[in-house]
Amino acid sequence: MQTRKKYIFLTFLASWLLLFLFGGDQLRRFSFFAGRKAEARRNWPRWTDRTLLKSFVDSEELPRDGDPSPLSPRQRRAARLSLYGSSRCRMETCFDFSRCEEHGFKVFTYPQERGQPVSETYGKILSSLERSRYHTADPEEACLFILGIDTLDRDHLSGQYVRNVDEKIRSSPLWNGGRNHLIFNLYSGTWPDYAGELGFDIGQAILAKASFDTRSFRPGFDVSIPLFPKDHPQRGGDKGWLYQDSVPPKKKYLLVFKGKRYLTGIGSGTRNALHHIHNGKDIISLTTCKHGKDWEKHKDTRCDKDNIDYERFDYRELLHNSTFCIVPRGRRLGSFRFLEALQAACIPVLLSDGWELPFAEAIDWGKAAVVGSERLLLQIPSAVRCIHPERVLAFQQQTQFLWDAYFSSVDKIVHTTLEIIKDRLSPHRSRSRFLWNALPGGLLVLPDFSTHLGDFPFYYLRHGYSPSKKFTAFIRAVSQAGSLSQPILRLIQAVSGSQNCAQIVVLWSCQKPPPPSGKWPQTTVPLTIIQGRGQLSDRFFPFEAIQTDAVLSLDEDSSLSTSEVDFAFSVWRSFPERIVGFPTQSHFWDPEQRRWGYTSRWTNELSIVLTAAAFYHRYYHSLFTEYLPAGLRELVDGLAACEDILMNVLVAAVTKLPPIKVTQRKQHKEGVAQRAECRDGAAGTPPPGQRSPSAPHSAPAKVKGTAGSQRLSQRQDCLDQLAHWFGYMPLVSSQLRLDPVLFKDQVSVLRKKYPSLEK
Amino acid sequence: IMCASAKYNTRGPALIPRMKTKHRIYYITLFSIVLLGLIATGMFQFWPHSIESSSDWTVEKRSVHDVPVVKLPADSPIPERGDLSCRMHTCFDVYRCGFNPKNKIKVYIYSLKKYVDEYGTLVSNTISREYNELLTAISDSEFYTDDVNRACLFVPSIDVLNQNALRIKETAQALAQLSRWDRGTNHLLFNMLPGGPPDYNTALDVPRDRALLAGGGFSTWTYRQGYDVSIPVYSPLSGEVDLPERGPGPRRYFLLSSQMALHPEYRVELEALQAENGESVLILDKCTNLSDGVPAVRKRCYKNQVFDYPQVLQESTFCVVLRGARLGQAVLSDVLQAGCVPVIIADSYILPFSEVLDWKRASVVIPEEKMPEMYSILQSIPQRQIEEMQRQARWFWEAYFRSMKAIALATLQIINDRIYPYAAISYEEWNDPPAVKWSSVSNPLFLPLIPPQSQGFTAVVLTYDRVESLFRVITEVSKVPSLSKLLVVWNNQNKNPPEDSLWPKIRVPLKVVRTAENKLSNRFFPYDEIETEAVLAIDDDIIMLTSDELQFGYEVWREFPDRLVGYPGRLHLWDHEMNKWKYESEWTNEVSMVLTGAAFYHKYFNYLYTYKMPGDIKNWVDAHMNCEDIAMNFLVANVTGKSVIKVTPRKKFKCPECTAIDGLSLDQTHMVERSECINKFASVFGTMPLKVVEHRADPVLYKDDFPEKLKSFPNIGSL
Repeated sequence: MQTRKKYIFLTFLASWLLLFLFGGDQLRRFSFFAGRKAEARRNWPRWTDRTLLKSFVDSEELPRDGDPSPLSPRQRRAARLSLYGSSRCRMETCFDFSRCEEHGFKVFTYPQERGQPVSETYGKILSSLERSRYHTADPEEACLFILGIDTLDRDHLSGQYVRNVDEKIRSSPLWNGGRNHLIFNLYSGTWPDYAGELGFDIGQAILAKASFDTRSFRPGFDVSIPLFPKDHPQRGGDKGWLYQDSVPPKKKYLLVFKGKRYLTGIGSGTRNALHHIHNGKDIISLTTCKHGKDWEKHKDTRCDKDNIDYERFDYRELLHNSTFCIVPRGRRLGSFRFLEALQAACIPVLLSDGWELPFAEAIDWGKAAVVGSERLLLQIPSAVRCIHPERVLAFQQQTQFLWDAYFSSVDKIVHTTLEIIKDRLSPHRSRSRFLWNALPGGLLVLPDFSTHLGDFPFYYLRHGYSPSKKFTAFIRAVSQAGSLSQPILRLIQAVSGSQNCAQIVVLWSCQKPPPPSGKWPQTTVPLTIIQGRGQLSDRFFPFEAIQTDAVLSLDEDSSLSTSEVDFAFSVWRSFPERIVGFPTQSHFWDPEQRRWGYTSRWTNELSIVLTAAAFYHRYYHSLFTEYLPAGLRELVDGLAACEDILMNVLVAAVTKLPPIKVTQRKQHKEGVAQRAECRDGAAGTPPPGQRSPSAPHSAPAKVKGTAGSQRLSQRQDCLDQLAHWFGYMPLVSSQLRLDPVLFKDQVSVLRKKYPSLEK
Repeated sequence: IMCASAKYNTRGPALIPRMKTKHRIYYITLFSIVLLGLIATGMFQFWPHSIESSSDWTVEKRSVHDVPVVKLPADSPIPERGDLSCRMHTCFDVYRCGFNPKNKIKVYIYSLKKYVDEYGTLVSNTISREYNELLTAISDSEFYTDDVNRACLFVPSIDVLNQNALRIKETAQALAQLSRWDRGTNHLLFNMLPGGPPDYNTALDVPRDRALLAGGGFSTWTYRQGYDVSIPVYSPLSGEVDLPERGPGPRRYFLLSSQMALHPEYRVELEALQAENGESVLILDKCTNLSDGVPAVRKRCYKNQVFDYPQVLQESTFCVVLRGARLGQAVLSDVLQAGCVPVIIADSYILPFSEVLDWKRASVVIPEEKMPEMYSILQSIPQRQIEEMQRQARWFWEAYFRSMKAIALATLQIINDRIYPYAAISYEEWNDPPAVKWSSVSNPLFLPLIPPQSQGFTAVVLTYDRVESLFRVITEVSKVPSLSKLLVVWNNQNKNPPEDSLWPKIRVPLKVVRTAENKLSNRFFPYDEIETEAVLAIDDDIIMLTSDELQFGYEVWREFPDRLVGYPGRLHLWDHEMNKWKYESEWTNEVSMVLTGAAFYHKYFNYLYTYKMPGDIKNWVDAHMNCEDIAMNFLVANVTGKSVIKVTPRKKFKCPECTAIDGLSLDQTHMVERSECINKFASVFGTMPLKVVEHRADPVLYKDDFPEKLKSFPNIGSL
């Protein structure tokens, strides 16, 4: 230790001596200059007469803006149409807005030609369009047309290439020069330059194309879509791979790539350089020459070693264990890697100059990907190393959100394309960029409901709003008696007693007219009666009468006390995006029958809150009625007891979170089975009466009799069909219930705000 | 590696094992200083001494008239016309910008010259007031460099703001002879009034080859997306007139048009709207009979009524901004300044800074064809949204329109963001007005994930020397099924922790971390040993929690991973008499905090606590040996905007507040201090982030009439 110290000290001294000998003079000059340097920076001069300078424009000239153009605006618009060919199409020149005015945004798909099968992928796209709520079978009312000819693969070397497209589309009476048409394409151009040609004249049609080049992209007109594989799921879609927010967001590798190295041809510039950044430690960049028929012809000295390294790593393993993934251009600009990395929460590092990123009109890719430059490949490692861990965490979460909102299924990709086009039709009723890029995503936010963020349940915190302090009690009455039943009178009294109740709306779902206004109890809050149309899905119709954010949905025979209502409302205000309610049920996977099961028994978990007594945001009425496809609502109207499950499934699909159960004073009856009597007017089925949920050890059927078991199996069916419709099971389970803070605590009742809940 | 970012220390700065390396670091630093000194002096000897030759710049007192004159021969080259296919990756030389730790481009400004043609006639006005302001702003900014060799972007001093004030061919020749012109690569031109009669092109007509254009009237056909920048047309009134921001609330008119040179066809349509909707629509025109001396630009008339412009704009909710001969209109700036929501009617117009600004939040864009429906479209906008749009409009003006400086810096920032996309300014920073930035929260754990149960949690026990009690806590906590590791933070420097053999034998790994100082913040250090997301902070005397309660707490945390989930709850109250916050630990119906003597939270908050705690809170806590839990509650509530979750019924905790300090018994001063903490933290945070709620979480079947053995968590709430 001692010798080392001495040694160090000596070196230190010697260095200083050296420094002074050689550099003393310069050092003094240097410091002298350093002091003056800031002053001497040659800034833009402060002209002595700068205040006397003339303005860039005469103050009289500016408001006049030249002379009014002699060309009338109307003429100018007309001239514009002829001025620019289809290669410079914009919505205002190439799209006929008038087609969309009368019937709204309706989409028509051409019937498929016989003897002209479409590829599996195009089949999926067509079926997504047909499942869309905008689909119409009548070309007369359509605003947007989609060809029945498969235009996905326009590489004429490919087996899926359809010939003579030009002739085929021209023969269609609807083609009209491509106006209001939308053409999907995944692959265009071919070896060797893969230029974007499609091999037919698209005329004035909108092109939804993968690997779009910014230069051929017609901004505000075309749509860039992602390249997706053949086996991309039709609906639902796989979840993202991020299941935890680890801190620091450290994975085994920093940056990975595994793929082909092009030795020649387009794209080889980047692909041929990728191996340079490989360091064998945290940056893994593996390339192989082994692709194509004659790779050995072009093979260079690296190839053999690279090919061996290439085999040593598993692609999926790399995806799972890396923070960043390089997504370089392939022969075309887009590659499958993009979606793969997005799903894997491996932050894409894009090296594809001139690529118009998928849905860039809506999606802010700067929040989820690193858009690198092919020319600066070697800077990428240091650039990504410098990204703050918090930013990495945000990036990772954003990849998952985007994947799940817009990319995980063909349905989502197609529907996003449609919504982007629809938004252009009425710019004042469209989604802002914020809505597209914040949870739950643009598809689930309907600009027709509102364009104000505060009207949705999702953005309170992000924008510093808070949910309204009042709620609307929405009671569905089904009793067939001409007079009002006792339970509904009690219920109206109880809810109107709440300070937070703004109004009561009764949905009268019987054929018989509601009692005259004199028969209704006098309440301090306004009471409105709406005549329903006799559909089960009525209860989730976005009635104008509902004026508050919060809706307390009730059945007429629900029994609630004022303090229960008050407490539940205070909880809802903390969780405005969820359903907050009293009686709950749950779902489970039945491994024996290999289907989803449903139980109304008492369990330690819950995933469904019955809408017979629940708070939720009124926006969900709009989502239920407008967003869900008509077929799904018909399904629900056909089944006896499904609409509340659908509501729960919908909210869970939107929020990815379980509903919330609050404590209840006593058991609620299920209160839903009465509706049958109302419709056929027969008193056949007895009212279910005061039923307590059965314990898990006794079969429900035994307790409830046949009506109950029939109902249970109906609900089970419902759940199963909904899971099929959505493509997955959106419901999420919860193990907790929210009680008042002092609930059943051993403290004086006088100190408790909600003592009556404990009875 | 040169990173601008401060990297997280992977290990605590104050931990014992690290101390040994201190010497080594000392020597390394010394050596590097010497080495650097040597290199610097060596370099300096060979460095071109260019600094001295700056004589012509050091003269401060100079007039624009004195700048050198450059004569352009008639046959000097003219650049190519603008290349419409240019994009950053094709026409921009990114190698000039390089990787730089600050992620800032360097901008060079050519020195000012006066250009004359062969006959000595001026090519244009030397420089306008606005362009001079713009160049001054760039020169004063962080982007500026005076070294042409290091520059990434070049800004000519040739003023092309107004195309009508220059001679096109000669200006182009002047551009072409700039020393680094090179076909205009990496050159940026600012133009606000493009085109000229009769057809008014929407982009500057001066041939400019590959130069980037920051233009004030682009149409979608001339704008090269991702290459050009669309900028506002600066309104000289911005500088002249001071319009204070007007608060929300009804305004006299619903819709107003103030432009003087409207095409008669538009005027007819507007007048039709007025006829239909009466008083709420006001269509102004220029005044015909103004007395001399009154500047016509500052007056507008309707019939015989005279209005002050731009003040009158503040009287209306919506203001029409119609295209004229050009698409970009200076009136847009006036309208925004007045906090009036612009109704933009100019088909195919690229709105200013549309690459980054979300105009849907500040304006209504209406296609020209739909002018007759304008009134009904505007009426369908909810009042709350209108108020936000007004605020947003004003904010856009303040941030991006109000001066040439604002316009210049926004333009450079946009180009900068393209070159360093990974350091780009976010949507929120561009678009959120300060009021929103202030009141909104952006939760760092925003994705709704329910962490897998299998991950388990890490219990972190802070202890001083109560070994017996500590061992009991360890034994109790180790019974919780989801515990995956136990970390003991040994905060006593004077005493060694017990020998390994004396510790209780438990089924999970147990680690002891020794700290360098007895600080409360050691409890919240993001130790590498914590490998799970969930952390259970627990005091060394919390032995009353059952295994069921702890396991249930973990399950609740999984459903709320971005919150503090804890057992004893506390409340803050406003003391009306004293006019300050008060701490409440009595039995209350509400909670706003949970004590971290027993609480689950995400490990991310350890990072925030250690590295991002605002103000001097961390030091304050360590100095007072109190309130670390209140600080954590503030921190989490502030960053997520959410309340805490208190789990399970109240128990008799023995003064949990005072457990962190050994031996200190519950006394009044301690509680008073905690009230002070709340007041202190609220002032540091500038707000009261804590959220009060009336609920707590219990198991679904808690206290329900149901066989206990079938409940998942039967043993809850036992005393």
